[in-house]
Amino acid sequence: MTQAAKPVSRPLSPHLQVYRLPLAAWLSITHRITGVGLTIGTVLLTYWIVSAAYGPDAYARFAGFIGSPIGYLLLFGFSVALFYHLCNGIRHLFWDIGMNYEIAETKRANIIVLLGTVVLTAGAWLLALAM
Amino acid sequence: MFAPSNLRSPLGRARGLGAAKEGLHHWWLQRLTSLALIPLTVWFAATIVGLAGSGYEAFVAWLSDPCTTAVMVGFLAVTFHHAQSGMQVVIEDYVSSHSWRLASIILVKFVCYGLAILGIVSTLIVSFGA
Ligand code: HEM
Repeated sequence: MTQAAKPVSRPLSPHLQVYRLPLAAWLSITHRITGVGLTIGTVLLTYWIVSAAYGPDAYARFAGFIGSPIGYLLLFGFSVALFYHLCNGIRHLFWDIGMNYEIAETKRANIIVLLGTVVLTAGAWLLALAM
Repeated sequence: MFAPSNLRSPLGRARGLGAAKEGLHHWWLQRLTSLALIPLTVWFAATIVGLAGSGYEAFVAWLSDPCTTAVMVGFLAVTFHHAQSGMQVVIEDYVSSHSWRLASIILVKFVCYGLAILGIVSTLIVSFGA
């Protein structure tokens, strides 16, 4: 009879449930989540234009929906997701041409992406509500 | 065994045998649409902000400007192309069963193309005066 091999304690790859993700990893998964969220949000975008094609009454129904608390919530979520995905998407394109791989650069880009999202979202809403 | 593939050159046999089969074209289009989406998204966000609170008349007047119509059609086409190709990558990463993977990719593509056509046709209807 062969003896069961003694478990060897080999280093394991980071286990998602116990490994504290660095900020860059959170931002990375957020890009994917916002991408999926935006894709779902395109239904709303399409509804907007289709309602206009159906005429003033349909458009008024759309406006009523988007002006409701749920509508505002969806619109706010869509805007945050869009601005985040835009900022982080630009960072992706820099990676694709081989730039910004150093840790210091990554940390700087983390901040730029987060700040950019906040500034763009706040700016857009302040301007829109002031209209 | 009837196997004409034995007569194929090593390159011919190797082609398409990698894990990814193909993908450069997909990757490239994903980057191209991303690049195009930078100005388009800024334009889109700016116009939504500009239209905030205005009603049907203002929307129709804005959308029926020829340049706006063109940019909107472009925005919709690029956005939905980017969305369906991005969703394909996400599905490929998480759906391991081959049949479910294929089915969900087909579904997402059909929905994206359907929404794109709906949005583009509606844009044209508004623009040409419904
Ligand atoms: C409404 C508009 C948009 C939708 C619906 C959308 C949707 C998506 C989806 C579903 C993905 C796949 C996510 C993944 O693979 O993890 C994705 C990836 C990506 N998006 Fe977008 N996106 C939009 C706008 C933008 C914009 C404005 C940019 C600007 C640069 C952008 C840049 C990218 C890039 C670079 C990727 C690839 C990321 C990677 O390699 O993992 N997207 N997008």
